[in-house]
Amino acid sequence: MSITVYVPRDSAALAVGADEVAAALQEQAAKRGAKISLVRNGSRGLLWLEPMVEVVVNGKRLAYGPVAPEDVAGLLDAGLLEGKTHRLALGDIAEHPYLKNQERLTFARVGITDPLSLEDYQAHEGFAGLRAALKLAPADIVQQVLDSGLRGRGGAGFPAGIKWKTVLGAQAAQKYIVVNADEGDSGTFADRMVMEGDPYMLIEGMAIAGIAVGATRGYVYIRSEYPDAVEVMEAAVERATAAGFLGDNILGSGKAFRIIVRKAAGSYVCGEETALLESLEGKRGIVRAKPPLPALAGLFGQPTVINNVLTLAAVPFILARGPKAYADFGMGRSRGTLPFQLAGNIRHGGLVEKAFGVTARELIETFGGGTESGRPARAVQIGGPLGAYLPDSLLDLPMDYEALAAKGAVLGHGGLVVFDDTVDMAEQARYAMEFCAIESCGKCTPCRIGSTRGAEVIQRLQAKPAEAPVQAKLLRDLCDTMLNGSLCAMGGMTPYPVLSALDHFPEDFHLAAPAHQAA
Amino acid sequence: MTAMTTREAQAVDAALDRFRDEQGALLPVLHAVQDNLGYIPKGATPALASAFNISRAEVHGVITYYHHFRQTEPAQHKLAICQAEACQARGCRSLTATAEAAVGCRLGEHTDDNRWELEPVYCLGLCASGPSVELDGKLYARITPERLEALIRKKELS
Repeated sequence: MSITVYVPRDSAALAVGADEVAAALQEQAAKRGAKISLVRNGSRGLLWLEPMVEVVVNGKRLAYGPVAPEDVAGLLDAGLLEGKTHRLALGDIAEHPYLKNQERLTFARVGITDPLSLEDYQAHEGFAGLRAALKLAPADIVQQVLDSGLRGRGGAGFPAGIKWKTVLGAQAAQKYIVVNADEGDSGTFADRMVMEGDPYMLIEGMAIAGIAVGATRGYVYIRSEYPDAVEVMEAAVERATAAGFLGDNILGSGKAFRIIVRKAAGSYVCGEETALLESLEGKRGIVRAKPPLPALAGLFGQPTVINNVLTLAAVPFILARGPKAYADFGMGRSRGTLPFQLAGNIRHGGLVEKAFGVTARELIETFGGGTESGRPARAVQIGGPLGAYLPDSLLDLPMDYEALAAKGAVLGHGGLVVFDDTVDMAEQARYAMEFCAIESCGKCTPCRIGSTRGAEVIQRLQAKPAEAPVQAKLLRDLCDTMLNGSLCAMGGMTPYPVLSALDHFPEDFHLAAPAHQAA
Repeated sequence: MTAMTTREAQAVDAALDRFRDEQGALLPVLHAVQDNLGYIPKGATPALASAFNISRAEVHGVITYYHHFRQTEPAQHKLAICQAEACQARGCRSLTATAEAAVGCRLGEHTDDNRWELEPVYCLGLCASGPSVELDGKLYARITPERLEALIRKKELS
């Protein structure tokens, strides 16, 4: 009998040599006459331990990591295939505190299954949500999503059920489901891990959405920086279609739903939903003015549900286990769980799915183990390039849409980027403006011009400390214009990192006292 | 308008043919052309405009709007270095300086002999294991300046 060995195929594992480790395992096992059956799973999300090799012994999955190709021979000699101990041994991975203390609803299968195996997927509750949905009336599916309290995971936090209800009520010959997989925020990789590690979950969520609102066609818009995700999604769509989970007659129900995978082309602003729709239509990714809402006039002018990957990935669980099982997690108006992503200068970076309400400190210190450099953490940027920089004093805030908004911060897509005390916050603020200048679609003036002027103002401030108070005032004025005058979140939220840096770290701007007291 | 070579024209025709029945398929067509040739020929604009029944200005606008698309031949080796926040927190600024010195051109430029080009990229989705780079299509994470220099030297010898 052959021994089952897992080596992840997630790109975070591939980028640190997982393919080389897999090849070494095959070669060295063959040399020793050992029969192994190698499975390329998704990543468990303990990214500092990648490449992580798992071996099945007595029904348990014993892990070793981080494994370098040159470690493989020694590991096999030490008895890896019997689960024997070694300096890289991590024991039963399911018992690892990093995993054990999570609440994995969306990421329940990621890292456990073979991403492209339909058998594996179904053996782990896969398509149970779709089967349940096929027995319900469309309005009842929408009601379940409403009852779950699921909110858009892209950042805005708009209730998914309300969006779906609007599209269900719209009359049109053709409606669409569009997945926003343009995960451009630095510090986020949960969408990528879903697509590479459990693509059928996203397909199932899309199909349920299609049946719920009467859409027969879906698009997945994936950023071009994620070639592995594009490849896995395309293969998964093909296999799911061949097996009858997609197509003109889903599981014999008479319902139709087809999916097309589209590759983006490197524009950050295409993560904004209307710019994304323009791009799907073959145009420049320029933001549209709202109204009309995409729910009424979206892709090709037709009613469209456009949701983030994590929003749709949460749907199969809700349909399979019921809305209450999902809504039982969370706090306030933020129901369910969020796959947080710990990134930047952090020792134990990776994916941590927790119910809303966990604090940033718990994520960074308990799970993350502090900074990678060992120096004190100074700032944490939450929610991507458009999210605020928070100082240590604000890290006890619960991760909840409303609680963060009250402090001028956003949860965004759940990414936390940690910086140690070597960071120059004026430089980070300048970068925020520069990034906006590079990526602005150019449609509205506050964003197009404001970002360039903003970077210049900060540069002047950096060069001439004596002028700092004057330049800071100018900067605040400019941020006010961008905040209130921009068409979308690109220009409208670039002031978040800038102002939070200025408010919480004035010393980096050559300002003695917190400038907001003077303003 | 620059005329296309036979090879270029064939690549454009093949891409148009492949996505003939797909609505709004300008981006997939451009991807197919660039995947095939390494760039989108300037002379392709009229053919694309006529196939999609849009103006040449609109085609030009789309090609030049997206960072991914290019109209010039790529260098022999392309090194993209992540410049986004998570990699900044893990030392991408000094890594970039190392790369510039090692290949002999600035970020966003290519060497005179077109052997190397350095490209900024804003997030490769490897934010817990930065700094990360993409070298000739392969991802590398947890890259130190020393490892990057070694990777560059290896490519130089190949």
